[in-house]
Amino acid sequence: MSASALATRGLNKSFGSLVVASDIELVLPQGVRYALIGPNGAGKTTLINLMTGMLQPDGGRIVLGDDDITALAPEQRVRLGLVRTFQINQLFPHLTALESVTLAVCERRKVARTWWRQLTAYRDEIDEAYDILATLGLAPVCHRLTRELAYGQQRLVEIALALATKPKVLLLDEPAAGVPREESRELLAAIAGLSRDITVLFIEHDMDLVFRFASRVIVMVGGRVLVEGTPAEIAADPRVRAVYLGKARHEAAS
Amino acid sequence: MTSEAIAVRPVQYLQAQMRWRWSEAAFWLATLLPFVLAPNYLVLASQIAITALFVLSLDLILGFAGIVSLGHAAYFGVGAYTAGLLSKYGWGEPLTGLAAAAIAAGLFGYLTSFIVARFRHLALIMITLGIGLVLQEAANSAGWLTGGFDGLQGIHTWPILGRFRLDIYGYTAYGYSLAGLFVIFLIARRIIHSPFGLALRGIRENGLRMPAIGAPVHAHIRTIYTIAAIIAGIAGALLAETTETVSLEALGFQRSADVLVMLILGGTGRLYGGLIGAAVYMVARDQFSGINPQYWYFWIGLLLIAVVMLLPNGILGGLTLLARRMKVVS
Repeated sequence: MSASALATRGLNKSFGSLVVASDIELVLPQGVRYALIGPNGAGKTTLINLMTGMLQPDGGRIVLGDDDITALAPEQRVRLGLVRTFQINQLFPHLTALESVTLAVCERRKVARTWWRQLTAYRDEIDEAYDILATLGLAPVCHRLTRELAYGQQRLVEIALALATKPKVLLLDEPAAGVPREESRELLAAIAGLSRDITVLFIEHDMDLVFRFASRVIVMVGGRVLVEGTPAEIAADPRVRAVYLGKARHEAAS
Repeated sequence: MTSEAIAVRPVQYLQAQMRWRWSEAAFWLATLLPFVLAPNYLVLASQIAITALFVLSLDLILGFAGIVSLGHAAYFGVGAYTAGLLSKYGWGEPLTGLAAAAIAAGLFGYLTSFIVARFRHLALIMITLGIGLVLQEAANSAGWLTGGFDGLQGIHTWPILGRFRLDIYGYTAYGYSLAGLFVIFLIARRIIHSPFGLALRGIRENGLRMPAIGAPVHAHIRTIYTIAAIIAGIAGALLAETTETVSLEALGFQRSADVLVMLILGGTGRLYGGLIGAAVYMVARDQFSGINPQYWYFWIGLLLIAVVMLLPNGILGGLTLLARRMKVVS
């Protein structure tokens, strides 16, 4: 019935007197690449936290496909296909990359509660995890502990974990944050190569990346959606220039 | 062709990691040595095997899922009293006694797991401590059932498998306890190498990330907490059956604290660490208390400080490091 992959209806959230989300109405159609931009403190990460259930909204609804997921726990939303990555790595430092991704695959295939069979009996799960890592160029280091990987590789493990859950909607919170230029090639290729079946919303400060990857852009300011449109429309919008791009250019120039 | 070759490798790598090692076989062979080398110490050896099983149960929740408990003796005590009472009131068959203890401790573990799963860190320590204290006082006040401060008397254990009678030297007791420890160790080893064991390590490593990959963290914790309670209950029942007595000390705070100390001495999260910790601690207690019966905790305290300062991964962690260095040198 609904054509949208993910939608929010009148989403509100305040911490005391600080309004972090105010009447947010978004409709993300299937397969579109959305960039979510805005100055620091605009409420971008808060919005992802609300969508994924890490925060409970004060009011409003979140709809994934045809399901109202407002009341669901974060792990239930993941199982329905709404998955995120984190701006600051949230990984398993003493698991290897392969173990980490295998764990995510096992959870998705509902075998992670099996304690009476050895993990190696789940060859398909391990192979699937390995294939995901191989696609991201991590095969050579898949038996290394996550904490021993280079930072750029750890960012890729973030994405590998998300992909292992087979997302329908993927929310990437500054996927390239802190990655040195020389390490970012695989990361950007991975983002560009995401299946067109997946609807992607990513927070990004680097305008080059925004205009390179996004087909639509949402601008947030002060917990509100200021404007939504194509990259060209956003670039030409005087309000956006005033609150965001002007400032960004200023920062870039300085 | 190549894709097949590549697909095989990761499974084989994991298989190699989970394979039985020579050091493990040597360890289990060594557990038979007391029969030959120290027949006068078989009663102590039996207590060590039982305590090792109890430490193993704590390692499953602390070392693998990161759940700190200061009240783990509660489940040990439930198992001990279940087997003891069953025997006192006429059913002294040991294996069914173990089964009954496992069921009772597992039920109590399952019920309390709903509280435990919701907390972490300091709050969790206080809650498990509270569970232990509540049960201890309940057992104390229910003197008509438990014998209260005097302990539960009148337990009589029937011959094991209808053949092996408990003897004064502890041959049967040690054989029985060791067999129990070994069988349950095999199960624990399987658990940690299962998909569920991987999920537990995920919870220990990053409990916040787990929901974001779709993992039901609370359900996982409830499961392992119940399994750990069952194993602790079996350990308690083994003690009740081999000593034919149960005292309030079985579920006291002291026991909860001791088991934590043993696990940390030996090294958490590696199964064998707890076993080694139990052996070192119990032998040290036996020796120190022979020298100076009143102050032996002084030496245990010193040992604990030294191990935590010098060997952050416990005695087993230190041994592993040593073995690796020697390999590099040779």
